[in-house]
Amino acid sequence: MLVLTDYLILAAVIFCISIAGIFLNRKNVIILLMCIELMLLAVNINFVAFSYFLNDMAGQVFVFFILTVAAAEAAIGLAILVVLFRNRNTINVEELDTLKG
Amino acid sequence: MIDFTMPDFTQAYAEIFVLVMICVILILDQFLSDAKRNITYYLTQLTVVAAAVITFNQDHSVSVISFSGMFINDGMSALLKMSLYVVMIGIFLYSRDYLVKQGLLKGEYYVLGLFGMLGMMIMISSHNFLTIYLGLELLSLSLYALVAFNRNSPTASEAAMKYFVLGAIASGMLLYGMSMLYGANGSLDFTIISNSINEGSASKQIQAFGLVFIIVGLAFKLGAVPFHMWLPDIYHGAPTSVTLYIASAPKIAAFAMVIRLLAETMPGLQTDWQTMLIMLSVLSIGIGNVIAIAQSNLKRMLAYSTISHVGFLLLGILAGNEAGYSAAMFYTITYALTSLGAFGMIILMSRNGFEADRLDDYKGLNQRNPWYAFVMLILMFSMAGVPPTVGFFAKLWVLEAVINIDMTWLALVAVFFSVIGAFYYIRIIKLMYFDKSETDIAIEGSADMRLAISLNGILILALGILPNSLMALCVAAFA
Repeated sequence: MLVLTDYLILAAVIFCISIAGIFLNRKNVIILLMCIELMLLAVNINFVAFSYFLNDMAGQVFVFFILTVAAAEAAIGLAILVVLFRNRNTINVEELDTLKG
Repeated sequence: MIDFTMPDFTQAYAEIFVLVMICVILILDQFLSDAKRNITYYLTQLTVVAAAVITFNQDHSVSVISFSGMFINDGMSALLKMSLYVVMIGIFLYSRDYLVKQGLLKGEYYVLGLFGMLGMMIMISSHNFLTIYLGLELLSLSLYALVAFNRNSPTASEAAMKYFVLGAIASGMLLYGMSMLYGANGSLDFTIISNSINEGSASKQIQAFGLVFIIVGLAFKLGAVPFHMWLPDIYHGAPTSVTLYIASAPKIAAFAMVIRLLAETMPGLQTDWQTMLIMLSVLSIGIGNVIAIAQSNLKRMLAYSTISHVGFLLLGILAGNEAGYSAAMFYTITYALTSLGAFGMIILMSRNGFEADRLDDYKGLNQRNPWYAFVMLILMFSMAGVPPTVGFFAKLWVLEAVINIDMTWLALVAVFFSVIGAFYYIRIIKLMYFDKSETDIAIEGSADMRLAISLNGILILALGILPNSLMALCVAAFA
C-alpha cells in the first residue's frame, strides 16, 4: 500500500529533475519548455496526493486550473520560440547572449 | 450535500466590467483600419476610467469576502486598485506616443495591457491560493506576449524568451510552495490557513519547507537578489512602452501578493519569513545600487535601480507590523509613479527608429529644453531620495519602521548603499545640466503626452511637499 510520503517523494524527484534540466541544459530551448511542463506536473502530483489523503476536493480542482494554465503557457512559449527562430535563426541557449551590460 | 450559494457579484463589478470591455475592444478592433486605431486607444482609456469610478463607489469601510472565500474587498484592495488605475492611464498614454513613433500601433497592445490589468486586479483582491495563482498567470502571460510585441526585433524576442522561462520557473516554485502549505493545513483559503498555522497543529517543518518555495517564487517575481538576473535583460530588450509597463504597475500587484501571502496568510510564521526577507533586502539594496553605477544604458541602469527599490520595499514588509506595511505601500505607490515618469521621459526623447536609452543621449538636455530637464531632475532626485521629492519620505518611513523593531543596523546598511546609489542618479543630472548636447533636434511629443509628463513630475514634487494625505490613506488601509 502506497502512503502519502511515497507520492511526495515522487513529486520532489520529478521537480528536481526539471530544475536540473533547466540549469544543465545548454543546447535547446525546447528542452527548457519540456522541463517547465514537467515542473508543473510534479506540482500536480503533490496536489492530487494531498487532496486524496486529506479528503478535500479543492486540491483536485486546483490541478485542473494548473493544467489549463500550463496549456496556455506552452502556447505562448512556442509562439515566442517561433518569433525567436525567425529573428535569430537559432534556438541554441548558449547563443542567446546579445543582452549584456 | 453540495452547498452552493450565489456569490455577491457586486463585489467584483470592476473586474467583470473590465473583462467585458476587453472582449468588446478585442472584437471591435478587428473591424478598424489602421487610421482609426485611436478608437481602440480611447475605449481602453475609457475602460480604465470607468473601472476607477466603479471601484471608487464601492463601500470599503468593512472588508467583504465573497465568491466562497475566493475574493476579498477591503481598504487595501481599494487603495491599491485606485493607484493601479492611475498608473495604467499613464502607461497607455505614454506608450501611444512610442507606438506611433515606432510604427507599432496595434490593437493587441491595448487588449494585452488590459488583460494584464485584470490579472493585477484579481491578484490585489485574492483570498485563496487559486485566485492569486490565476491572477498572477493572467498578468504574466500577457507580459510575455507584450515583451515579444515587436516581432522583428531580435533583442525583444530574446528578452521575451528569457522572461518566459524564468517567469515559468518562478510560477512553478510558487505552486510547489502552495501545494506544501495546502498539504500541511488542508485548505487553500487564506483565513483557514492562517488559523491553522496559529493553532500550531500542522507540521512546522512542512510549513517552513513550503514557505521557502513561496518566498523564492515571490522574490523571482519582485526581482530581488539573488533572483534578479532576468530583470536587466528584459528591461533592456523589451520595447520601451513595455518596459514602462513592467517597471510600474506590476510592482503594485507584486506588493499586494506579498502582503496577501505573507502578512495575511502566514503571520504565525513571521519569525521565519522575516529572516529570509532581511537577506533578500540587504542583497538587493547592496548589489542593485553597486552594479547600477557600471551601466551605460539608461533602461539597464533603471533595472538595477528597481532591484534596489525592491530591497527598500521589502524592508517595510519585514518590519511585520501595520506601520511597516503602510510605509511599504506608500513606497510602492510612489515608486510606481516615479518609474512611470522616468520611462515616460525615455519615450518622450525617442524618435522614429531611435531609442534614447543611452546615458549620453541625455547630455545637455537643459539647453535643448529646460522644462523637461527639470522634470527629469525631479524624477531622479525622487529615486535617489532627496527632499523635497516624495522619494525622501518613502525611504524615511520605511527606515523608521525598521528602526522601530530594533534593527538599526539594517537601516544603516540601507542608508549606506542608497548614498552610493545617489551617485548614478546625480550623474544623469550632471549630464543634463553641465555637458554639451550632441544634437539639437527638438523634442517632439503629442500635446497630451507633454502635459501628462509635466503633471507626473509636478505630482512627484507635490506628494513630496504634502505627503501626509497619501500616507494617511495607506495607514487607514491597514487599520
